[in-house]
Amino acid sequence: MSAHISSVKTYFTVFLCLMAGTALTVWAAFHDFGALSNVVALGIAITKATLVILFFMHVRYSTRMTGLVVLSGALWLFFLFALTLADYLTRVFVPVQAAAGM
Amino acid sequence: MASTPETVAAAPAHGAEHPGLAHHFESYEQQRESASLGMWIFIAQEIMFFGGLFIAYAVYRHMYPDGFAAASAELDVKLGTFNTVVLIGSSLTMALAVRAAQLGRSKASAWFLIATMALGTTFLGVKGIEYHHKYVEHHIPGPSFQFTGEHHGQPVPANQARIFFGLYFGMTGLHALHMVIGLGLLLWLLYHTRKGRFTPDNYNYVEGVGLYWHFVDIVWIFLFPLLYLIGRH
Amino acid sequence: MSSEAAVAEAPHNTHRVHYLNANYGVRSWLLTKDHKRIGILYAISMTFFFAIGGIMAALIRLELATPAGDLVQPDTYNRLFTMHGIMMVFFFLIPSVPATLGNFLIPLMIGAKDLAFPKLNLASWYIFNIGGAITLYALLHGGVDTGWTFYAPYSTSFSNTWVVVTGVGIFITGFASILTGLNFIVTIHRMRAPGMTWFRMPLFVWSHYATSLIMILGTPVVAITILMLAGERLFHIGIFDPAYGGDPVLFQHLFWFYSHPAVYIMILPSMGVVSELVAAFARKRVFGYGFVAFSSLAIAVLGFLVWAHHMFIAGVSVYAALVFSILTMLVAVPSAIKVFNWTATLYKGSVSWETPMLYALGFIGLFTIGGLTGVMLGTLGIDLHVTDTYFVVAHFHYVMVGGVIMGYLGGLHYWWPKITGRMYPVFWSKLAALIVFIGFNLTFFPQFLLGYLGMPRRYHAYPPEFQVLNVMSSAGATVLAVGYILPLFYFAWSMRYGKPAGENPWGAVGLEWETSSPPPPENFEVMPVVVGEAYDYGKKAYSFPKQEAKLG
Repeated sequence: MSAHISSVKTYFTVFLCLMAGTALTVWAAFHDFGALSNVVALGIAITKATLVILFFMHVRYSTRMTGLVVLSGALWLFFLFALTLADYLTRVFVPVQAAAGM
Repeated sequence: MASTPETVAAAPAHGAEHPGLAHHFESYEQQRESASLGMWIFIAQEIMFFGGLFIAYAVYRHMYPDGFAAASAELDVKLGTFNTVVLIGSSLTMALAVRAAQLGRSKASAWFLIATMALGTTFLGVKGIEYHHKYVEHHIPGPSFQFTGEHHGQPVPANQARIFFGLYFGMTGLHALHMVIGLGLLLWLLYHTRKGRFTPDNYNYVEGVGLYWHFVDIVWIFLFPLLYLIGRH
Repeated sequence: MSSEAAVAEAPHNTHRVHYLNANYGVRSWLLTKDHKRIGILYAISMTFFFAIGGIMAALIRLELATPAGDLVQPDTYNRLFTMHGIMMVFFFLIPSVPATLGNFLIPLMIGAKDLAFPKLNLASWYIFNIGGAITLYALLHGGVDTGWTFYAPYSTSFSNTWVVVTGVGIFITGFASILTGLNFIVTIHRMRAPGMTWFRMPLFVWSHYATSLIMILGTPVVAITILMLAGERLFHIGIFDPAYGGDPVLFQHLFWFYSHPAVYIMILPSMGVVSELVAAFARKRVFGYGFVAFSSLAIAVLGFLVWAHHMFIAGVSVYAALVFSILTMLVAVPSAIKVFNWTATLYKGSVSWETPMLYALGFIGLFTIGGLTGVMLGTLGIDLHVTDTYFVVAHFHYVMVGGVIMGYLGGLHYWWPKITGRMYPVFWSKLAALIVFIGFNLTFFPQFLLGYLGMPRRYHAYPPEFQVLNVMSSAGATVLAVGYILPLFYFAWSMRYGKPAGENPWGAVGLEWETSSPPPPENFEVMPVVVGEAYDYGKKAYSFPKQEAKLG
């Protein structure tokens, strides 16, 4: 019956971190990081999402089962991405002559 | 759970003695843990639901990087950033609403729910404005779609931009639909909170809607950089 | 054989309250929250959709009895096989065992009063029927001609049929699947009786747990794919249509990401049934219980990693084809583990030839053939020649009909006395099982030969040299139909005239056999405590502690 109750301070701290992350991602978008741009953008997004999951969604204070469910969702998403991109990233594209609309 | 030393599986008296305990559950704890697990499983399924759109996005961004960059530049970064701040703010107020319910403070909980709804509505209003811009600029896929744009000096084929905008409307549209449903859930929560239905023993529904709302926020946390912030340098 | 001597309960007590007579009337059924009644409601809906799919099959086999396309127009034939596939896959096979037997039995088998979310359970049945009704509406107005696989760009840009409406029907039904899976997982995690540890659960429950994982993680992807299909069809966004810069293979990736695991949604519950049948009719604990339990989970996980074996010639990269082929070999392993363990269970068991056992044995043989031909299809070199031929059709009918449906029928025959409190006539049930087995093989074995010889699938006309095998197949289909129709009659008969069954007519070990037939509304008069292992033949596995009379 006793679920953990986070303090208001915790919630506000997380909120400020999320604001910082938002500012950072917008700033980073306007600078050229070359091949790292995608990594930076996704990295910030994943960090923000993790904060929401752990603190706003209380996973930090939940059972192992809850964490397992979250990880399963992430893992299955990874399956979808990894194996689909395994096709697209290894295709050898034969250039097609320009057709109408292309 | 009422039991004497000789009995093991004595069923607790549901109904008057334990209001809000469903007949097939043995304890409030079992009921609460079941509700929580159920909600999380629903969220796992939602992850896969949005996931299909994200992989389509990944494939076409890989195939048409210039087209996607040019089309993304047509979105308003200021409005997108504003909306991101608003939505994360609404997650904060939602978390505070759940906390108030945990502490039995119905009035505070109600105010935080109202704040969440206000922020959520603001988000949707801004999205409406953005969609209107897209409509005016003929960027909605369909018979009247038009796009002339360029990236790094090269003109970008309209097809590539059309795919971007199709995914933009699909992803933000599905997200917005989830927000509308969320607003409905919040309204329902508000009604029952005002009636004093949720107690520190029994606030499953508040927690559940909270989880849903945070999930919708997380989707936007990914949508924002992927849609608005491609190649802005 | 039966433990009637041990059954001290009132034998023909017409005043005993059970879930069927607890209340009467249509409303008490349509608004029920009892998982047992909901299982029966699902059985009724599904039988209806099976009949429609069966009629389509009959028309298909009738057309294919002659080489010329002389029964129906080519366009109509396309609609027939499409509707056959849609009805059978989405509205029969996927819900078959889980929504009927799973719903009915899981709470009983783990010692719970109901599933975790009874109202969601009822809602799922309504959602299932609404989706079915919408799809039927499309069918009655001409149907769809894209094949149940809806490949783009034909489905998005060229077909003039009810693609979007049918898609919406399937989309809605998918939610029934998701809710069922969600309910099962929470129930199995949170509502097991005291002493019912994970490794004391019946293997039927393990297989439904694994099935539920697939339902929850896979179904949403086909749901969003259907929405994307509709968006492409309505707005020509370009995600699947090459004319607009899209890749049709992306549709296939998204579609098969679900639809391959979907076949494991179909087979895993039937495998769970077979585990129960083999244990009961060899009167022996399933050999390698732990292996069988974990193999269910392995199938659920690995099943998500093989989808592009449906796409070897579609245009995926050679590297991807290689990866998916290797993974396909891997996913066969846990299925083989089950077959070995069932066979080992039979060894030195006390085997009897009751009707459910006939179906279980049929399953083991036919599923092995179907599974092995699946491995053949997973081999790139072979697949190049037999893909899109009748070899594929034969393979999936062996696993889905020879496997799933045999398991479903075996389960129905095994648990019928528990569900209805009545036994069916044994002679007719064994005859029907034999007819099904013969009819099935006569229908589908020739199709392996046809495919190997080169007959393509989804064609309504074929060269004359294929006629003999096609006629055999059509004849077999007639026999199979008789085998399927017979149970309708004797099951119906049994509900009124069948011999009342006791608590445990088969003398099996399992919590569901420790309560009356039919069970009381809350499943047990006294909630059980588990003190022994699963399938503990010869030992006392359950105790029902005395409870102070505390009513109301």
